[in-house]
Amino acid sequence: MSKLTIGCFSSLVGSMSLDFAVKLSKAAVEKGHSVDMWVSGNATMLSKKGQRAFKDYSALAKPLEELFATGKFQATACEACAEARGYHKDDTMAGFKRHSMDWYLASCFSADKVLHIGGD
Amino acid sequence: MAIKKYAFVVKSLPYKIESSRLAMTHAISSQTVEIYLEDGENVEPVICFIGDGVLNCVKGHQAMKHYGVTSLEQHIKNALLLDLKVLICKEDVDKFGLSEASLIMDAEDIGGETKAQVVPYSEIQQALDSADHLLFN
Repeated sequence: MSKLTIGCFSSLVGSMSLDFAVKLSKAAVEKGHSVDMWVSGNATMLSKKGQRAFKDYSALAKPLEELFATGKFQATACEACAEARGYHKDDTMAGFKRHSMDWYLASCFSADKVLHIGGD
Repeated sequence: MAIKKYAFVVKSLPYKIESSRLAMTHAISSQTVEIYLEDGENVEPVICFIGDGVLNCVKGHQAMKHYGVTSLEQHIKNALLLDLKVLICKEDVDKFGLSEASLIMDAEDIGGETKAQVVPYSEIQQALDSADHLLFN
């Protein structure tokens, strides 16, 4: 089985890029692959705990919890990007890690495929 | 020794969105990636400015004065100071009527020895082709 590393940079609200990335992660995990997801810039919004689901917006907290529970998925937020947006460690969803950007580059090192999703 | 090549592609305008800044900061973070890797493993970044992205390389940013943030110019100089390979697309430089004299080509003012290179796109394509992973495309 392979390892997929996905870098995401678009916000949770205002873009469907994260929605796509999480669905892609789910499909990969269901096929037996492992997935590392890195969220940087506005995408760090994904790591915020207490997200409330509205039908008008992509709601990803529950699918993320399910992915974390598989043990084949890990998600990490850029600590500086999160802090700059006021998302502190205490605000982080259970299961989500926070690291500096070199974590992402290290994940890419051992990945069979790297996808970059959303560049804004 | 296992080395993986990462190509960071910058094709967005500076400051308009965060993409070029993130590309630069991620590329620079390659300098500390070894803490996560095994002995002998490392990454080799190349930063490629293409399209609108070449405008990041114009000298004289005043981001601190106008926005109160660090400039992309400083990030490019930091990358050169750390000996990262910086390629700037010649065709796009020409398209904007720029010359090397108007671009950030070195970091001599902060002690850097490595210089940026203005190269034909074919050379950038070679760098992309030889990269193990493309980032910030």
